Amino acid sequence: MVFALAGCTKKNDNTYEHVKQSKTIVWGIRADTRLFGLTNIKTGKIEGFEIDLAKALTKQMLGSSAHAEFLTTTANTRIPLLKNHNVDAVLATMTITKERAKQVDFTNPYFPAGSSLLVPNSSKITNVKQLNGKTVLAVKGTTAVDDVHKYAPKAKVLQYDDYGQAMSALKAGQGVALTTDNGLLAGIAQENPGYKLVGGVYTNAPYGIAINKGQTQMVNHLNTALAELKKNGTYNRLINKWFKGIPGFDVKELLK
Amino acid sequence: METFIHAYSWVDIHFLLQGLWVTIYVSLISIILSFVLGLIFGLLRYMKIKYVSAIVGFVIDIIRNLPLLLIIFFTYFGLPELGIVTNQTAASIIALVIFEGAMLAEIVRSGISSIDPGQMEGARSNGMTFGQAMYHVVMPQALHNMIPALLSQFVSLVKDTSLATIIVLPELLYHAQIIYSQNTTYIIPMYVIIAVMYFIVCFCLSMFASYLQKRFKMD
Amino acid sequence: MWSILTNNWSSFLTGFWNTILCSVIALIFSLILGIFFAMLEVAPPKFVRIIAHIYIEVFRNIPLLVIVMIFYLIVPRFFFKLSGFQSGTIGLTLYTSAFIAETVRSGINSIGEGQMEGARSNGMTYIQAMRYVILPQAMKIVIPPLGNQFVNLIKNSSVLAFVAGFDLMYQAQLIAFASFQTIDTYIVVGLFYLVLTLPLSYYLRHLEKKLAN
Repeated sequence: MVFALAGCTKKNDNTYEHVKQSKTIVWGIRADTRLFGLTNIKTGKIEGFEIDLAKALTKQMLGSSAHAEFLTTTANTRIPLLKNHNVDAVLATMTITKERAKQVDFTNPYFPAGSSLLVPNSSKITNVKQLNGKTVLAVKGTTAVDDVHKYAPKAKVLQYDDYGQAMSALKAGQGVALTTDNGLLAGIAQENPGYKLVGGVYTNAPYGIAINKGQTQMVNHLNTALAELKKNGTYNRLINKWFKGIPGFDVKELLK
Repeated sequence: METFIHAYSWVDIHFLLQGLWVTIYVSLISIILSFVLGLIFGLLRYMKIKYVSAIVGFVIDIIRNLPLLLIIFFTYFGLPELGIVTNQTAASIIALVIFEGAMLAEIVRSGISSIDPGQMEGARSNGMTFGQAMYHVVMPQALHNMIPALLSQFVSLVKDTSLATIIVLPELLYHAQIIYSQNTTYIIPMYVIIAVMYFIVCFCLSMFASYLQKRFKMD
Repeated sequence: MWSILTNNWSSFLTGFWNTILCSVIALIFSLILGIFFAMLEVAPPKFVRIIAHIYIEVFRNIPLLVIVMIFYLIVPRFFFKLSGFQSGTIGLTLYTSAFIAETVRSGINSIGEGQMEGARSNGMTYIQAMRYVILPQAMKIVIPPLGNQFVNLIKNSSVLAFVAGFDLMYQAQLIAFASFQTIDTYIVVGLFYLVLTLPLSYYLRHLEKKLAN
């Protein structure tokens, strides 16, 4: 079975034609971020806002018989996997940046986000500039790393493969703060009492769905589907389902 | 102590066992395939066929001298560029088979070399073909000598599956990491139990091999 | 591909240096520990042998990554702070020492009991006989396999990438991400590893042949 999967080739020039024919979209998602995409230990399934959104987009685009497949990625595997056609689209808390836009195409933003800090309750740190000369923890391949370099150039940054390891390192005292997008940190804070978000959101870095460079047709169809989901209330329902009542989120703000 | 009791709830144990199962079947498939690959390439290298053996030898030396982690990256990110789509499981197995196969080829080559060349000559002069002499005379002795080295390579392979967490293969270590990153107080119980699980699997493999070795001796 | 090398020259050098440093430190300490436990494993008192045996079996049968993670994530919570480089080097040392102990032990066993008895009957204590008669001969036999352990150690040092140890592999991951040239970066870093491991491997094979004759 494994080698059947390994053996088949899938270099289609047009991603949209390809997914339309197979009625399947392979989504690159995350499994280590509460609220967005997290493995449920009871069922082994990955659950979160992005998973639900991916399913809804698939059906909206290709009809109700279409099927969403998921491949777990990390911040440092998602672009290579997209470029080498392992996944059709990446819906994995990925900030739209100029640098990335040279490598991949993005849809319109589907979620507002920006860098923030997570520190122990006892910490005296209140904003990112105070990190100069201190050690900050981050995840490999995230924009938060660049933000720290920009706002606190003298901070030392240690980078890990996923949020689970980065948070464990913070608990082990390997650094004074964990930095990434506010939405992810809110999810982490929710499951780790004794830690708080500080410093506000000091960048504006919304998430977009990433598709291979030059796949304009796929981008357009995803944008249309996203707009329709917003219009028909599905998007609102999903935002409410995952973020209502979670500290750090204002549902009204998200739906603006 | 209470943390341990909570951490070892059936839900968590069940989830860990799922990870253990992936570790075991990825290991088993890789052991079998890398052993076959190791035998073939070890023989090719030993036989000193013009050009072929030199090229095989060079490739094996390159692979043996690279970190497995790098080979995992090559199979996961690189193979798709050649048009071969891999999932995490396939990429991990291919990487393990290539890397351990190269390590085993070297063990096989030195194992065969350790058998007195006189035996081969004797068998050949008694009318056996090269293949027959290899199969009936040289290989059985060589394999017997190789058992300890083969075995510790297989144990290494089982341990090395843990490196595939880097491409999110849902094996034992990765599943433990998921549990303790959602419940960070469980970090110690998780490392304790997976250390025990890895130990049991590797130790059983060692026991099985020494059993094999004894049986070989009796024959 | 060369642009990756020239653009990230200092990152690669930092990684290269840390990989060498970590490997050399781990080699020295794992040699000391390995020889120590090998001697315990052949010592006369039974309970000493059992302790040594447990140490060796534990570190040989648990993945290196698990050992390193324990030192990185758990030890600092309860005892003292360890950086990624430090916990990686400690993990590598303990892990490798178990393999070295096994190698040295089989070297000692191959010397034969006659030598020990001879040395003892000449008035040497057990320790003296070990130190002056058995170990020097055993070490000569085990140099090639020990060299192979060193090659393994260099390759295994790549686990530092998991704990932000600033080794070659860690730097490579960061460069691969920043440049978006994944495969090319890993090819360059592969060459760096080969510069370290390949000459050593060839030298060891040469040595093995020389000792065999």
